[in-house]
Amino acid sequence: MTSLIAGGIDCDVHPAVPHLTSLLPYLNDYWRDQVTTRGMVDLVSQSYPQNSPMTARPDWRPEKGKPGESLEDMQRHVLDPFQLRFAICNPLYGVQMVFSEDMQAAFCRALNDWLAKEWLDRDSRLRGSIVIPTQSIEKAVAEIERCAADERFVQVLMLVMGDVPLGKRALWPIYEAAERHELPVGIHAGSAYHNPPTAVGWGSYHIEDYVGHSQAFQTQLTSLIVEGVFAKYPHLKMVMLESGVSWIAPYLWRLHKFWRGVRMETPWVDRAPLEIVRSNIRFSLQPFDAPPDAATLNRLFEHMQSDELVLFSTDYPHWQFDGQDALPEGLAPDLVRKIMIDNPHATYPRLK
Amino acid sequence: MNIQFRESREAASPPTTKTAIADCDIHPARATRTELYPYLAKRWQHHLEVYGVHAYQGMMEGPPYPKAQPNASRRDAYPPEGGPQGSSLSFMQKQLLDPNNVQLGVLNPLNTGQGIRNHDLSAALCSAINDWQIDKWTSKDKRLKASIVVGNEDGLAAAAEIRERAGDKNFVQVLLLSRNVEPLGQRRYWPIYQAAEEAGLPVGVHAFGFGGNPITPSGWPSHYIEEMVGHSQCQQSALASLVLEGVFERFPKLKMVMIEAGFGWAPSLAWRLDKVWQRLRSEVAHVKRPPSEYIREQVWWTTQPMEDPERREDLFDVINWIGWDRLLFATDYPHWDYDEPSRVLPAGVSEANREAFYLGNAKKLYGIAA
Repeated sequence: MTSLIAGGIDCDVHPAVPHLTSLLPYLNDYWRDQVTTRGMVDLVSQSYPQNSPMTARPDWRPEKGKPGESLEDMQRHVLDPFQLRFAICNPLYGVQMVFSEDMQAAFCRALNDWLAKEWLDRDSRLRGSIVIPTQSIEKAVAEIERCAADERFVQVLMLVMGDVPLGKRALWPIYEAAERHELPVGIHAGSAYHNPPTAVGWGSYHIEDYVGHSQAFQTQLTSLIVEGVFAKYPHLKMVMLESGVSWIAPYLWRLHKFWRGVRMETPWVDRAPLEIVRSNIRFSLQPFDAPPDAATLNRLFEHMQSDELVLFSTDYPHWQFDGQDALPEGLAPDLVRKIMIDNPHATYPRLK
Repeated sequence: MNIQFRESREAASPPTTKTAIADCDIHPARATRTELYPYLAKRWQHHLEVYGVHAYQGMMEGPPYPKAQPNASRRDAYPPEGGPQGSSLSFMQKQLLDPNNVQLGVLNPLNTGQGIRNHDLSAALCSAINDWQIDKWTSKDKRLKASIVVGNEDGLAAAAEIRERAGDKNFVQVLLLSRNVEPLGQRRYWPIYQAAEEAGLPVGVHAFGFGGNPITPSGWPSHYIEEMVGHSQCQQSALASLVLEGVFERFPKLKMVMIEAGFGWAPSLAWRLDKVWQRLRSEVAHVKRPPSEYIREQVWWTTQPMEDPERREDLFDVINWIGWDRLLFATDYPHWDYDEPSRVLPAGVSEANREAFYLGNAKKLYGIAA
């Protein structure tokens, strides 16, 4: 295995909301009443069925409750053994599936307050992502403004599959607010299931949804780049979380070729897609979707033509690797340092 | 890309000096709007005049994302006698087949009977386009071979069309498009794979089509380039579905060709499928082997549009991971993003790999004698 170094930054860990009722203390009277009167059920997304092998490593799975719902487990499983300086909490609670903008805004607000109180307050190594109600851009921006005052929130979090492609101009006020507050926008695997989870319709299986995340990330990068998000917000960083990494270079070769062919359609794209990705887009390490041999790994990193794209992650408690083998075989020590420490610090200015 | 027509050295040099190639993605077009009518019952001619094709998209005519060129085709490919690009055999011979010494040209007609909501009309149009391919193209130039176009959304009707054409040497494959009402592994499409396997014909899946689903899993994008790049993501999802529904397991002699969707993504998708399958195989017990094995054994890839890395050698890593025996050269004539045969592979590729890439793999797959 490739040796870890102390003081690393884990850019993707998932604290779990035990149940919708866990958010009741963070909801106002009206929404508390709505939840109870209407008998609302727990918002667990099909993207991560609780008992799916992917959702929790066997030795990280608690005897009771949801994987990732206990801080003590997270400390014991990752924060301590990986000797982390920081870990960024990306809650995957299914608030994005809600269609009502009012309900979604209430749940997001509660979720963010829950994260601050029950996680960030209890371990100084933890940092948070602001989950936003994208059914209303206005309310999403308001939630960013509200949470950004707390410097422990280091990122805005969205799902890779939502209502509209992420580059769409209607979403730009979110990016304006994020850039202004030095908050990267993290795009995490998962779907609101407001559209079919693949571009060719609904598959039959959970495994198809999971494999399909990497295709979803590809289409979102295209949208973000060709709509001109990074021409408008050149300092905005976006981080693709749990996206896979082995597709990046071949995808960019294709995008670059077509951009050269039809760039007259999007003349506001002021730099080549490859350059935009190198300066503005980052990717979390896990799941590392390449074969376990050092030769292939080194060619893949060569193809990316940059050692700054990848950020360390364990994807806790998801089952992406065993033991301490979070780093793939064959990474050179210099690259390990970039991935675990330098790249995350360069991406997240609020990590201090 | 869009090459302005000029009297080139290519055209001036005698074709026999060029190594023979196969072109596995040629798009023949109709010269007039009514060119298929002689192959259609009066009822369907009337239907088309009154109601149009009623596709899984909103436009009565043309694509919802306007192309970058008229008919998405090269401006130098208009035949001198008139009609759209790709509609004249004699001009195709002069511009593509003769100067490039194309020994085998596989026809993939688009905008035919596929992606149509009325499945009876779909079947009638597909049968018509298949007759038309013989009359207008393959019977007049022996280098050209046709694809059996089938009404993709009605698996049984599609299988009947395949069985009717089986054994006819004018046809070398069955043609599907990547975007359908459901992912291509779904069982409504299995009769197609069964009939193709029985007939010993590969199934080509060409990028494009309409099935009513947004071309991203996050809704409809704004631009043509997003659709163009997106075809490769559609193809990945379609191939993942084929693997995970167990199509290759159920039809072990089935061969599939991924057409015009790129191939750079293939190793990454196969690795990802293998890794995730290790975790989640209990959900898909019918997938008995690592997904990459099915892909390695039963899937081929046409080359155009070749991914274009800044450093050419990077692409050769990818080709080595896929296998030189699995790539089929294609130009996509007459479309604007045409790959020029002489410029696709740089020096340094072994003679055996070069021959396989340009011709040998295609002849073997499509059963064309050496």
